[in-house]
Amino acid sequence: MIFESLAEKLQNTFKKLRGHGHLSEDDVSTAMRDIRMALLEADVNFKVVKDFIAKIKERAIGANILESLTPAQAVIKIVNEELTELMGGSVSRINIAPNPPTVIMMVGLQGAGKTTSVGKLGIMLKKQGKHPLFAAADIYRPAAVKQLQVLGQQLELPVFSMPEGTDPVVIAEKALEYAHSHANDVVIIDTAGRLQINEELMQELKSIKSIVHPHEILLVVDAMTGQDAVNVAESFNNDLGLDGVVLTKMDGDARGGAALSVKAVTGCPIKFVGTGEKLDALESFYPDRMASRILDMGDVLSLIEKA
Amino acid sequence: MGFFNKLKSSLTKTRKSFTEKIEQLVIGYADINDECLDELEEILISADVGVHTTMKLMDDVRSGIKKKEINSPQDLHPFLIKHISTILSSGENSPAAALTGPTVILVIGVNGVGKTTTIGKLAKYYKNENKSVILAAADTFRAAAIDQLQIWGKRANADVIAHGEGADPAAVVFDAVKATISRQTDILIIDTAGRLHTKTNLMDELNKMYRVIKREIPAAPHETLLVLDATTGQNAIHQAELFTKAAPISGVILTKLDGTAKGGVVVGIKEALSMPVKWIGVGEGEDDLQPFNAEEFAAALFEK
Ligand SMILES: Nc1nc2c(ncn2[C@@H]2O[C@H](COP(=O)(O)OP(=O)(O)OP(=O)(O)O)[C@@H](O)[C@H]2O)c(=O)[nH]1
Ligand SMILES: Nc1nc2c(ncn2[C@@H]2O[C@H](COP(=O)(O)OP(=O)(O)OP(=O)(O)O)[C@@H](O)[C@H]2O)c(=O)[nH]1
Ligand SMILES: [Mg+2]
Ligand SMILES: [Mg+2]
Repeated sequence: MIFESLAEKLQNTFKKLRGHGHLSEDDVSTAMRDIRMALLEADVNFKVVKDFIAKIKERAIGANILESLTPAQAVIKIVNEELTELMGGSVSRINIAPNPPTVIMMVGLQGAGKTTSVGKLGIMLKKQGKHPLFAAADIYRPAAVKQLQVLGQQLELPVFSMPEGTDPVVIAEKALEYAHSHANDVVIIDTAGRLQINEELMQELKSIKSIVHPHEILLVVDAMTGQDAVNVAESFNNDLGLDGVVLTKMDGDARGGAALSVKAVTGCPIKFVGTGEKLDALESFYPDRMASRILDMGDVLSLIEKA
Repeated sequence: MGFFNKLKSSLTKTRKSFTEKIEQLVIGYADINDECLDELEEILISADVGVHTTMKLMDDVRSGIKKKEINSPQDLHPFLIKHISTILSSGENSPAAALTGPTVILVIGVNGVGKTTTIGKLAKYYKNENKSVILAAADTFRAAAIDQLQIWGKRANADVIAHGEGADPAAVVFDAVKATISRQTDILIIDTAGRLHTKTNLMDELNKMYRVIKREIPAAPHETLLVLDATTGQNAIHQAELFTKAAPISGVILTKLDGTAKGGVVVGIKEALSMPVKWIGVGEGEDDLQPFNAEEFAAALFEK
């Protein structure tokens, strides 16, 4: 079988080991290798994996899994606990300002899903009784403003935009003024996609930040991102100071190891996950679900119960 | 220091490029030992080459050591470039064209990878070769996708065939093929909506477009290009596997290589599925598209 889940793999590994008598520390290392592979295949950054494995190994040895009658389950339990803990701190709420408007800024690489997430967040907040305003601060991508306007129309939410060529910093500033005078208690700013190494565009974000003082800067990350996720997250966090992460395109089959990498470098919580192209496809983030998805553990709970 | 902080500082330190790491490997190890090989393995993984292909390359390295092709850490760098270029250069890398009549290019991929932008660049490329070009706006789903393609069409001075938002994409494709034939246009490039490879209904929709093209011009599409984002990790392999079932892929376009991601994932795709890479995207501008060169790419994977 090619696509063995990690849980199955571990069961098999330990079964094999059991065959030749007593389990040794070396045998634990073999199991650790399986876990390492699973994490790497899920796109968790290799450095994050390294530290994680060291921690698991320490705990596994400390917990005397060698004595356990069901060492595979015991290891799975430890891995699951540690991973959930690492993904943890589920705060899927956003910081609401005591004095409205609450300003939310979406940032991230090109095509990550920022504009779509602006729409999704907008309708979510509208349903909670808020009056969001969208600010179209992407002046670079062809038809970016139009895209946001279409979303605004679909959701019956106002979109603030300015004539072509206006500086995004000015757009953000004026959007805030507009919100004040139109009783919009939330402003969600859509920014252009940019590479974290593009200093000029990163400076633009810093300028927007210093003018509008966002209560929430959300990094939008594609769940399919590979090893580069740490570089992206680290740069955006260093330059802007992030408050949370939106993990998009979780409706696919990506294992989403990027989530772990991003959480590990920035320490800031994953607040929402995008689960589709439609505007109602935004959900809260559940660390335990994410943990078993990254590890492809199958039905973890039923396995752990046996341990 | 907490777990996160420790990790963060260690990441900063290790966040070095391939070549720098390999150079350190060369300096750090007088001989090739297990530790040195472990580090090499990490270097490959960190470039998104993937676990499977990394293991294969490591096997190559080990047998290279046995055969005395690799005698010291210095030999590792050229050895790997050579092996990776070999993986990448197999198959036909140059864009296909129709022998007679119009060349039809179908562009597919998951959401946000850069399909529409790449089509704009391709239109410009073919225009520069004095070809006539029609673009088909068969993404009728994404908000303002049609407007986006129309802006690109204007930039490249190419006609755009479009219906309204929400129209049947296959009908757009049908009209575009008809227009291409009747206007005797050289090139038709079809923009499709981003779709995840796991969504059966959307894959069926894509397959329908493919069949409509084939019905009108049996030799078409002459190219079905899968667009992949260089920052994508191991999921790209699943994407390639499933897309090719709906519309047989003739080549890959790798976008966003102007970032820090090395696009090592195509090495894995090439190795597992033998799909040629035809173009690379290196920016958001209309000239930021280059034909793929396997050797240059392999070298760039190891570049600072
Ligand atoms: N399947 C799926 N698609 C999504 C999700 N979120 C966004 N998308 C799609 O991803 C593509 C890119 O989304 P955008 O919102 O335009 O991304 P962006 O970050 O604003 O892109 P730029 O402004 O060009 O940087 C679109 O096709 C969206 O429909 C999601 O959670 N699931
Ligand atoms: N830096 C960089 N950005 C790129 C490149 N190619 C495309 N982009 C950007 O990526 C984002 C998404 O590009 P699109 O062409 O809209 O992607 P798409 O695949 O058509 O997206 P959907 O139709 O929503 O699935 C845009 O912001 C583009 O400007 C590239 O080679 N480098
Ligand atoms: Mg956008
Ligand atoms: Mg598109």
